[in-house]
Amino acid sequence: MKARIHITLKPGVLDPQGKAIANALGNLGFQGVDSVRQGKFLEIDLAESDPAKARADVNAMCEGLLANLVIEDYAVEVSE
Amino acid sequence: MTAAVIVFPGSNCDRDAAVAIEQAMGKPPVMVWHRETALPDVDLIVLPGGFSFGDYLRAGALAARSPIMGEVVARANAGVAVLGICNGFQILTESGLLPGAILRNAGLNFVCRTVPMRVENNRSKFTDQYELDEVVHIPVAHHDGNYRAGPDTLDRLEGEGLVAFRYCDDAGEPGDSPNGAARDIAGILNDTGNVLGMMPHPERVADPQLGGTDGAKMFEGLAKVLA
Repeated sequence: MKARIHITLKPGVLDPQGKAIANALGNLGFQGVDSVRQGKFLEIDLAESDPAKARADVNAMCEGLLANLVIEDYAVEVSE
Repeated sequence: MTAAVIVFPGSNCDRDAAVAIEQAMGKPPVMVWHRETALPDVDLIVLPGGFSFGDYLRAGALAARSPIMGEVVARANAGVAVLGICNGFQILTESGLLPGAILRNAGLNFVCRTVPMRVENNRSKFTDQYELDEVVHIPVAHHDGNYRAGPDTLDRLEGEGLVAFRYCDDAGEPGDSPNGAARDIAGILNDTGNVLGMMPHPERVADPQLGGTDGAKMFEGLAKVLA
């Protein structure tokens, strides 16, 4: 199975990189960019074939290492 | 007393820490590679500065899951003194030994200069050689030093006197941190006072020939308290 994980900063956590990216977009002439939030995307190939087990494993990976729950949220998609 | 310095791939202040420890304590620390799973009987464990694992994923995240960290956490919970400097502070928050998280500097710049900071708590074994509210000058060198925690956690740290050091100006007034840290926090203690994490590098100002001695007091104090 394949897991696709989005890790994003929790709302309210300062994102200076996102802010700098938004400024750069403005410099390029893109109008109307209210804000940018930068996150991470991970793809994991798993030997597990049961979607429920794969999801549980990936959730544990997120909580144990991939996301820092003090400042980040995560979302997991599991597919064949 | 005996000290250990944990060495991760990408640590680069481990030898500076060893020199500062030896000067204060009269004997060199044990250098322990991060793949080890056991620690000798030590009174002080130092997690040094550097860029362990190239700051991959998040600064300190991978080092906090290194094999040796299980033993470091167990010793910390048993009351052994643990000092995390810069990357070591990041590893302490990532391992859960200290609350909060450390983010990219608010100004996005890598900050490498000597900064003033104020001693907020001089009752810990790390800080008892300093005067309360003393302004000391210690170098910082980091890209991710922006300490963050929820308002409840910050209030608790302040209320319980667990903020050890706060960035300030030369007169001791906070408000101009080099990295945007919440409430200008430069270093915090755990609830039991045996774990200190700080972004500034005391080991870099532990010898008068190398720019100052404001950091030497920390190692001298530890040598006395832990003797």
